[in-house]
Amino acid sequence: MPTVGVKRDLLFKALGKTYTDVEFDELCFEYGLELDEITSEKEIISREQGDSKASGASDVILYKIDVPANRYDLLCLEGLVRGLQVFKNKLEAPRYRRVSPLSGEPQKLIITEETAAVRPHAVAAVLRNITFTQESYDSFIELQEKLHQNICRKRSLVAIGTHDLDTVSGPFTYTAKPPAEISFKPLNQTKEYTATQLMSLYKTDSHLRHYLHIIEDKPLYPVIYDSNGIVLSMPPIINGDHSKITLKTKNVFVECTATDLTKAKIVLDMMVTMFSEYCSQPFTVEEAEVVYPDGQTCIYPELAYRKEKLSSDFVNRKVGINESTETIARLLTKMCLRSEVTGVGDEIEVEIPPTRSDVIHACDIMEDAAMAYGFNNIPYTTPRTYTVANQFPLNKLTELLRQDLAAAGFTEALNFALCSTEDISDKLGKKISETRAVHIANPKTAEFQVARTTLLPGLLKTLAANRKMPLPLKLFEISDVVLKDDTKDVGARNSRRFCAVYYNKSPGFEVIHGLLDRTMQLLEVKSERGDGYHIQAAEDSTFFPGRCAEIFVGGKSVGRLGVLHPDVITRFELTMPCSAVEMDIEPFLGHPAETTLTHDVPLHEVIKHHFPSQVPNSPPTSTKTVFGDVSSAAGLKVLDDFLADKSYMEGFEATQADSTMFDAIPSAPSSTFPHLLRWYNHVKSFLRERANLPSAKSQFVLEEDDDDIDLFGSDDEEDSAEVEKLKEQRLAEYAAKKSKKPALIAKSSILLDVKPWDDETDMAKMEECVRSVKMEGLLWGQSKMVPVGYGIKKLQIGCVVEDEKVGTDLLEEAITAFEEYVQSVDVAAFNKV
Amino acid sequence: MSDAGVLETLLRRIEAADGGVDSLETASVLGVDHQVLVGAVKSLLALEDLISAELRSSKHWELSGEGTEIAEQGSHEARVFSSVPPEGLPQTELMKLSFGKIGFSKAMSNKWIKVDKTHEGGPRIFRSVENIEDQVRDKLLLVQKGNTSQLEEKEKNELKKRKLLSEVTVKSYWITKGSCFSTTITKPETELTPEMIANGSWKEKKFKPYNFEALGVAPDCGHLHPLMKVRTQFRQIFLEMGFTEMPTNNFIESSFWNFDSLFQPQQHPARDAHDTFFISDPALAHEFPLEYLERVKKIHSEGGYGSQGYKYDWKIEEAQKNILRTHTTAVSARMLYKLAQQEKFTPVKYFSIDRVFRNETLDATHLAEFHQIEGVVADRGLTLGDLMGILHQFFTKLGITKLRFKPAYNPYTEPSMEVFSYHEGLKKWVEVGNSGVFRPEMLLPMGLPEDVTVIAWGLSLERPTMIKYGINNIRELVGHKVNLQMVYDGPICRLES
Repeated sequence: MPTVGVKRDLLFKALGKTYTDVEFDELCFEYGLELDEITSEKEIISREQGDSKASGASDVILYKIDVPANRYDLLCLEGLVRGLQVFKNKLEAPRYRRVSPLSGEPQKLIITEETAAVRPHAVAAVLRNITFTQESYDSFIELQEKLHQNICRKRSLVAIGTHDLDTVSGPFTYTAKPPAEISFKPLNQTKEYTATQLMSLYKTDSHLRHYLHIIEDKPLYPVIYDSNGIVLSMPPIINGDHSKITLKTKNVFVECTATDLTKAKIVLDMMVTMFSEYCSQPFTVEEAEVVYPDGQTCIYPELAYRKEKLSSDFVNRKVGINESTETIARLLTKMCLRSEVTGVGDEIEVEIPPTRSDVIHACDIMEDAAMAYGFNNIPYTTPRTYTVANQFPLNKLTELLRQDLAAAGFTEALNFALCSTEDISDKLGKKISETRAVHIANPKTAEFQVARTTLLPGLLKTLAANRKMPLPLKLFEISDVVLKDDTKDVGARNSRRFCAVYYNKSPGFEVIHGLLDRTMQLLEVKSERGDGYHIQAAEDSTFFPGRCAEIFVGGKSVGRLGVLHPDVITRFELTMPCSAVEMDIEPFLGHPAETTLTHDVPLHEVIKHHFPSQVPNSPPTSTKTVFGDVSSAAGLKVLDDFLADKSYMEGFEATQADSTMFDAIPSAPSSTFPHLLRWYNHVKSFLRERANLPSAKSQFVLEEDDDDIDLFGSDDEEDSAEVEKLKEQRLAEYAAKKSKKPALIAKSSILLDVKPWDDETDMAKMEECVRSVKMEGLLWGQSKMVPVGYGIKKLQIGCVVEDEKVGTDLLEEAITAFEEYVQSVDVAAFNKV
Repeated sequence: MSDAGVLETLLRRIEAADGGVDSLETASVLGVDHQVLVGAVKSLLALEDLISAELRSSKHWELSGEGTEIAEQGSHEARVFSSVPPEGLPQTELMKLSFGKIGFSKAMSNKWIKVDKTHEGGPRIFRSVENIEDQVRDKLLLVQKGNTSQLEEKEKNELKKRKLLSEVTVKSYWITKGSCFSTTITKPETELTPEMIANGSWKEKKFKPYNFEALGVAPDCGHLHPLMKVRTQFRQIFLEMGFTEMPTNNFIESSFWNFDSLFQPQQHPARDAHDTFFISDPALAHEFPLEYLERVKKIHSEGGYGSQGYKYDWKIEEAQKNILRTHTTAVSARMLYKLAQQEKFTPVKYFSIDRVFRNETLDATHLAEFHQIEGVVADRGLTLGDLMGILHQFFTKLGITKLRFKPAYNPYTEPSMEVFSYHEGLKKWVEVGNSGVFRPEMLLPMGLPEDVTVIAWGLSLERPTMIKYGINNIRELVGHKVNLQMVYDGPICRLES
């Protein structure tokens, strides 16, 4: 929302009334504005740059007012005052008129065809016989800036140039030239620069450097000349110094160059309607003629008044009020929408002025009527819409499960859906290519590189951030991960997961396993092979070898559990063993009786676009596979053996792996390969829908030039090589660290319990005695008195000792020597530092 | 004597005594160590009002081991003096004596002896006076005889410093009968046991009183996350109001559904890389309802359905770009489109609470992702008053009754209203949500009947949760930096209170 800063006293003078801050705040609220801040220039400078810089700055009270993003007519004091005055019935909305010059031809702006490639549009107008004051001049400059930042989209869509017309002479030419050929003295500079030089000059300009990219890499830069070759401006970067306007300027030439003509017209209308107030003929704007490369001419500014007809019933019906046609017309007029009752039924004719470009539909008019009526005067009503509520089945399941998992002693965590690439790959001992992760194009930090593909890293990070909490830590999360999925319109889908971790001094696999059993019990899945669930040993680089199992439900894999690999634990800055379970919960949804909702677009109207697709659809021509050449009997034999106990190449459903393998086999296999033949015929039945099959996890068919890749063997080898490399690197790092450190002196921190004889013992004295023990390599630390009973306290005192020099028995001996105080000394804690 | 024996004997002595007994005296009479008797007293004291004991203490001086030696054999210096014969003694010889070293320096300072360093055969010690008076020994003898009072405080301290004397505090108890005195001991029970219940012995037993000031033992349990607890309550409210939950489990959305279908122009600042996360893989959406897409294109670039449109060159390439959805309204758009495809329109009330993503600058209250709560009602002839009425009912369920509406701007709603509630604590109106009526430019291209109005509102889940649980930094609530203690300690969530 744009914010406009206006001087309070100036505003009240223009409004003809002084308000208290609260009153003005109320007025703003009613009108859809927000009095964001009451401040002063001094306060702003003092806040941003410190008090010393602020001394001498103006302490005139400023109102910072938030304006709705589509109300360009409220971006300056002039517009704000006009809007509010009309709203308060103190002023009739002015009528803006375009006039011809009193004498002679209108100013001409000729557009040449070179502009087409860089910034093809231009519009212009003249403010004749204007009188600026310092305030109105400042406001004029400020409005350009506000428009540039908002509707002009940082000058990319439209750029405004304002010029002292008396310093230049028309007709003006809007053209585009190679930067080296453009040379002029830019605004507020003392000498001439070529456009090329200007671009490097402004590289460091805090304000202008943001606009350079708009034309920087274009071969031709836009430029406006007068008839004498004087440069008015080089849009959208800078105006010429020659034609700059001053307080004394009487006639202003306004030009807007643009890539979006609609917006250029709006911007020009805004500039001239706002400031024509200060012309000798208020609210008149002198026209200018724009000549297009094809010879066509247009007169600007448009200052178009558009008429819309609507019924008062429409307004009453939409707002929920019951006002007469006349009242509604009057309400609209208050909003600068001059309205009249036509007399035809309840029809109202509404005139939309050029300042109200935001009104593009009858609903915008209806809103203005509601605002003028006062939102807070509208009576509350209850719609009679009868509906039956349904929960989204997946969320219902999630909600129910969450409650019972907490009841099982696990605490719910809530982690971000976005994370770094490292979190889901390297740190878990996985390759990013294996993850099906969705990648973000424009992350501001490494925390937002990908959408998570697993809940585990989030939980591990939560553990790391809460390492100081008492063990064991038991956490769970049920939330969505995101996976690439070609079958979806956007190429990705969410997957609802359940993940839990157990972090303690021992791995507690049995705890996590127990939680899985409990979860299955909650989901009414029995522990049995076949229809129930079972777990089965699996290999997974995230887990400690031999300590990972895959979870199968009804024969389908739904997730994994196990003890995390020590490397994974270390990478997440953890120190204790940890076990984890993660699984899909969508397979447990069943078929709810309630109507399932889906965000899938209804198919009858869907037409597939032929946009470049991620997966090449052309079948590979290669017959080389990981099973050997399938054009040979030997290769087919191996494949036959492979398929002996499998329905599909991978998993439990047909995938692209089946489809590509099918393509690789030159012809239907003979009956000597019964398993292969069975598979071949089965896959053949999928041919028509093959494009929709899920993508393959592994590559079975090799490309011609890739035959040296051993896909089954390579993973492990690569992994172990990588692990080896990592290990070596770590060792090297460790050695390097070690060599930098001075030889380590082994130290221990000891906590001693020193007990007195009785409650009469002078404890202070005793402590003094204990502390009086001095040895080389002994450093006393903090102490406290701990009550042991019967009013007797013991002294608990810490110390750090160098192991080689001071032993605990030596220490005990020295302390018990104070036998008049000390009854006994015990080592309460002993830790290596 | 056994401990129990001591207890009983002691109790009997107390019973027999007139007034009370002294523990020291009793100990010596019974012939037990005083500490044993003190132990007995303390264990009797633990029994409610059986006895009362007053601690008394007296101090007296005692000779240390060294002091006793001196009292018997004379001070070190005196012994040095007496070991030096008239003809003198080599210093080395003297130093061999057990008291030599200590006595030598003291005797020197008393000027009882002198050293001839030049004597042939090494330094030699000679007497320098005829007689000496061994004051130290005399003083110690006084103490030993119990005449300590004849010594001055200074002298005693001097001797104490030399570790010849020590001041001993003797503590004893003056034991008298308590209000519940008895010579038999019944120890109060700490807890009720199954045996006591079975044999009824609980009726006779005394029970040790509980300390009700102490806290109980924390139960071993799991906990739900505060934000999720609040989410559960919001879901509950919507369900109570008859709203159906939308399937919002699609974080990746095309710009088409997130922006274009909502009549949000392609140059809108919200579509900037500064505000929205774009996806590089999969970069583009590849499936759209094509006829609808054409209608969307038309309403943007040319207008229609009574609208002027935005009059710009609408590009499919822009609509295809995949993003992380910036609001759940993208799902509402899909749902409304789906609703429009029904043969006959039926009114609906939808809600969702799910994650949305903004590529914004982060601070204590802003994260790149947050949960949006959204409610949508589509029916024929709904009014702005209806929207206010529903909002009133909704917020009343949250315990917020005082509402105020401010006109606002939103590209896909008209009218748009910001919802403010009066904050009793801050004594001012604070924004609690956004609402509006979906624009015809959004609804009509979908194919919804012209008289159908769709009203909607939204708010964030995090803000009310932070207020509810008094959390100032959003990172302590959401994400891995969560403070688990806060999760453990969190109360149940009752929004209306």
